[in-house]
Amino acid sequence: MPGESLSFIFLNAFLINNFVLALFLGICPFLGVSGKINTAWSMGLASAFVMLISSICAYFINEVLVAFNIEFLRLISYIAVIASAVQLVEMSMKKFSPVLFRQLGIFLPLITTNCAILGLALFQTFKEYDFTQSLSYSLGAGAGFTLAIVLMAGLREKLELAEVPSVSKGAALSLMLAGLLSLSFMGFAGLGGGH
Amino acid sequence: MSQNKTTAVTMDDFLSGIWRENPVFVMLLGMCPVLAVTNSVINALAMGLATTFVLLGSSAIISLLRHWIPKEVRIATYIVIIATFVTIIDYAIQAISLELYNALGAFIQLIVANCIILGRAEAHASRQPLLKTLTNGLGMGIGFTIALLALGSVRELLGNGSLLGHDIFGAHFEPWVVMILPPGGFFVLGAWLLLFNYIREVKKQKRLAESRAASGTTARALV
Amino acid sequence: MSEADSKAMHETQVIQSSNEALRPKANSTAMLVVLTVVAMLSGFLVVMMVQLTAPAIAENKRLAIEKAVFQVIPGAVERRDFHLDAGGSLIPGEGPDTLYAGYDADGKLLGVAIEGSAQGYADSVRQLWGYGVECQCVTAFTIIKFAETPGLGDKVLTDAGFLANFGALEARLNAAGDALANAIVTVKHGTKKHPWEVDAISGATITSRAVGKGINDSAQHFLPHLVPQLDVLRAPKAASQGE
Repeated sequence: MPGESLSFIFLNAFLINNFVLALFLGICPFLGVSGKINTAWSMGLASAFVMLISSICAYFINEVLVAFNIEFLRLISYIAVIASAVQLVEMSMKKFSPVLFRQLGIFLPLITTNCAILGLALFQTFKEYDFTQSLSYSLGAGAGFTLAIVLMAGLREKLELAEVPSVSKGAALSLMLAGLLSLSFMGFAGLGGGH
Repeated sequence: MSQNKTTAVTMDDFLSGIWRENPVFVMLLGMCPVLAVTNSVINALAMGLATTFVLLGSSAIISLLRHWIPKEVRIATYIVIIATFVTIIDYAIQAISLELYNALGAFIQLIVANCIILGRAEAHASRQPLLKTLTNGLGMGIGFTIALLALGSVRELLGNGSLLGHDIFGAHFEPWVVMILPPGGFFVLGAWLLLFNYIREVKKQKRLAESRAASGTTARALV
Repeated sequence: MSEADSKAMHETQVIQSSNEALRPKANSTAMLVVLTVVAMLSGFLVVMMVQLTAPAIAENKRLAIEKAVFQVIPGAVERRDFHLDAGGSLIPGEGPDTLYAGYDADGKLLGVAIEGSAQGYADSVRQLWGYGVECQCVTAFTIIKFAETPGLGDKVLTDAGFLANFGALEARLNAAGDALANAIVTVKHGTKKHPWEVDAISGATITSRAVGKGINDSAQHFLPHLVPQLDVLRAPKAASQGE
């Protein structure tokens, strides 16, 4: 909706409708790369960065598509541009900041098929956010993704040391944990409602 | 994987996606739609069929074009082909039922980012002839749909007391609302995985006991 | 299309088979050709699909709007779209700020359906509500889209006590005609005293408030322009009857 305040949009994407725990976007890296807190941080930050880039790209592509009245090409152009943007970021990072590349580089290709990125681009379009609102939304979504994956990694590191029944090892237990996290995040609902 | 051994279509091509390599329960792929749209049976079914359609369509085209696509641009080509089929199904669903379209929301368009489809394109469709690819894709699609239905039916039954919109438990049933909320998705999928792990464990124990018994008898026979 | 396609593919094949000699250059040509062909093919398929489904989609959307409009304007069997232009005058046809006028079988204007939205518990609550021309009140509302908690927030659609608020909820303009005489407000369950107050559902106060606020905001925005121009809504029907 136009007219939502920037801080509310940020809070909404960050906590209330957390991309991972309430909207189920980016579940693959959430379950796959949450074994260690360090890697989870890197994955989260890399994703947040790519979210920001693709949100900006998606905003301008949508302006062009709407201007020419060819919205039916939205999906194809979003995914193509996001994939190339990630590639470009990867290449320029490799050239200009090898240190950063060594930390985040291996995660970048993984992110292209992360549905949180495409989901962000689609949602900001559906909600008809303007440019600054889109920026705030993408920052919130990136922060929310990072928060969720780091929390999950923290829980799983602790769980490594716990005795669990052998049938529940691995994905089954991770999903149960994710369910509990998601349940606790539901407590944030209502933050923006009423006065 | 019996990928390069034979080009003949076997029953195994079809069945592997349904059970042994089930994309959701075994390979844990494409989890986003699995969790997000399974709050009712009808949504789960629609999502499963839409994904199967995209899987079959994109696999067919990729398999037909496999000799012409240069290796360097294959991913870009696959993504464009997949996105085309997703756009097609997106418009088809809008034409069939606006209500269903609104219920599934952005998740129809997010089929593009479903790793099952890109994974199939890369691992199977780009190497196999048309018929074999289609058989395998159909198996995968059905396996995915079954998984979605397994989640959708449990969540609708417990969370709403109904199946396909028909009341099952009667008026006295107090629905477990949490089941159709986001946490319910995680819990139900976790529970299914627990069940499968348990079955696998029991089978393993049985096999172990059998082989021990068998080795025991041979040992005794030797004595 | 398919002929051009196969020709292009044939070319690609030729290029590929000759690329042992000239690898880098020929290869990039092959890439360009394949990408162009695939993009053309995909564009062709998508445009075809959009053309094919356009009538059905338009019909579905029309039915959905019609159903909602007839629900919030009791007795209406026909609808017409209008919108406010930048200067605040009513223009027939859709646009930003669309209003749906509802008429009975004789072509008499019964009410106007207006869209409103406000932040609810989980996400924004978008609703359509009917403004009764005779009673100058809210006649009914329906939800277009929300994500409220099932079993709690979605009671606003089923709770008889809450629905009874609407039907004669006062939405009268003040003497100057630039705002509502009394803003529509949602009050705590059981404390409704005035005809412009909405009695909230206990346990779903935030969603109830969102419904009230959405109606109030859009009423304050639209009604001052709408009420003086009601004759515009009545006029085109007569014109089309004359034809």
